[in-house]
Amino acid sequence: MGVARRGKATYETTNVWIRGTGSVVGPNEGSGPLKGQFDRVWPDEQNGQTTWEKAEQAILSEAYDEALRKSETDWSQIDLVVGGDLLDQIVTTNFNGRTHQRPLAGVFSACATFTEGLGVGAMLLGGGGLERVMVSAASHHQTAERQFRFPLELGYQRTPTAAWTATAAGAVVLANERGPLRIEAVTFGRVVDLGGKDPNDMGSAMAPAAYDTIQQHLADTGQSAGDFDAIFTGDLGHFGVEMLIRYAQEKQLDLSEVLDDCGRSLYDADQQDTHNGGSGPGCSASVFAGPLARRLVQGDYRRLLLVATGALFSPTTYQQGESIPCIAHAVAVVREEASR
Amino acid sequence: MTFLWAFLIGGLLCVVAQLVMDWFRMTPGQVLVIFVMAGAILGGLGIYGKLVNFAGAGAAVPLPGFGYTMVEGIGQAVKQKGALGLFTGGLTAASGGIKAAVVFGLVAALIFKPKS
Amino acid sequence: MDSEKARYQQLTQEMMPRRPVLRNAIMAFVVGGLICVVGQCIQWFFMHQGMSAKEASSPTAVVLIGLGALFTGLGWYDRIVKHGGMGGTLPITGFANAMVSPAMEFRTEGLVMGVGARLFTVAGPVLVYGMTAAMVVGAVRWLITGVA
Repeated sequence: MGVARRGKATYETTNVWIRGTGSVVGPNEGSGPLKGQFDRVWPDEQNGQTTWEKAEQAILSEAYDEALRKSETDWSQIDLVVGGDLLDQIVTTNFNGRTHQRPLAGVFSACATFTEGLGVGAMLLGGGGLERVMVSAASHHQTAERQFRFPLELGYQRTPTAAWTATAAGAVVLANERGPLRIEAVTFGRVVDLGGKDPNDMGSAMAPAAYDTIQQHLADTGQSAGDFDAIFTGDLGHFGVEMLIRYAQEKQLDLSEVLDDCGRSLYDADQQDTHNGGSGPGCSASVFAGPLARRLVQGDYRRLLLVATGALFSPTTYQQGESIPCIAHAVAVVREEASR
Repeated sequence: MTFLWAFLIGGLLCVVAQLVMDWFRMTPGQVLVIFVMAGAILGGLGIYGKLVNFAGAGAAVPLPGFGYTMVEGIGQAVKQKGALGLFTGGLTAASGGIKAAVVFGLVAALIFKPKS
Repeated sequence: MDSEKARYQQLTQEMMPRRPVLRNAIMAFVVGGLICVVGQCIQWFFMHQGMSAKEASSPTAVVLIGLGALFTGLGWYDRIVKHGGMGGTLPITGFANAMVSPAMEFRTEGLVMGVGARLFTVAGPVLVYGMTAAMVVGAVRWLITGVA
């Protein structure tokens, strides 16, 4: 057990394991290229709930259920819940606390909330005293649209760089007893703002933040990008990935071989009309808790760096003409072969 | 013949609005505000009235027609009531459309639920 | 840092996928034109009932707004605008869509602050600046020509 500092912003954790993951997504997410790799897929975006907000709470609750079931854990064994979402006052996560009744630490880094939660949870576990921590993040297309953009039935044309907030939730049970996957190190990002102002192009705004955190992680741990089987950013989307590869190239870091993006892989852009790709805290959370965790366990990857990216603006700040500050947090996840 | 002109002029106005939105990266709301004001100004200059006579619904149905209608209403009202007409004329002329939008909007909100 | 910002923004502009301007313009033309033809048909119907073109324009607007509200309620209008862009937004049916869609959306927040207040979130600016511009234009024309 323990946490050791490496370099400027990275912490190596020992004996922090992922015991089980739960992922639940909406119909669009469940019928895209990652079809069949989530635990549950909702038949429609509302799934019998009376409001979109309740639907978001319900999808997170189901992700909790799946994570608990697969990790053979009962709520009473969870010492702390670390989670967040996109809605004001992180209501989705907080309202779920009414029912699960476990100690709750809400976190917020917009769409980077999931890796922030994983990082905080891993360090607390590594630090000792806790035995099991639930980490979660969720988002819902309809609730995010009404908070950040326009009413659903208002006609408007999306631009090619606009992101599609995913209806999705992911939850992970971390434990200090051996599980299939181990959290090796976490890097907390700093806020990077290179002046992007367009809320319909968050990919290019977030790419420099992703670069900053990735290079910090590599520098702090003395690794190169090739030491990972894959580096997954959160929701840069098609355009953001292009921008990140180009921007990193200028800084002498070649990411083109290993880089992929959760938001980009979630939808089929041609068939599903999702433009730049998926976004939202639930995007990276569900893609990790479903497909990526599966690939790690099955052996497609052994070492994965998950770098969720967040745009830290509000509707008020962009209407006031402020640029969009961005952040990214990185978590390195490895599969440990059974030692005996 | 009016039908053809309605199609052409109405379509062209929409194309101009689309180009303004795409080139200047405006939001639809900004474009609508500009076009309703442009309709009022062109109406005051007597240009939009000619377009309406010529293209019928092609000029009346797009939003500049709304600005034009209000300017025309003000003209009528000022003739009858003087300065008070500046305040009453615009909404009197546009009242059908506005009230329809409010009533139908309210009814639709009570009947329908947003889907996607 | 500022030069890095400027350089990055320039790079973004260079690499940004282009909007399909030509296709958008063609679609706006067709969709906007067709809606106006529908409007012309309705106006023609009212003129057939003995109204003048001018008298017929008000009931025409009412019918079009009713259709716009109905299509919005059925969930069709956002699809029309997705393809037709300003061709769907600029006609008065788009104005109806702008009023109905937020009212529907915020129905869950109650009848007063939900539906009542939100009817005007998108349409409000159009009314405010449309009314103001019309009044200013009317006043100027009155001052210059003596007839409003």
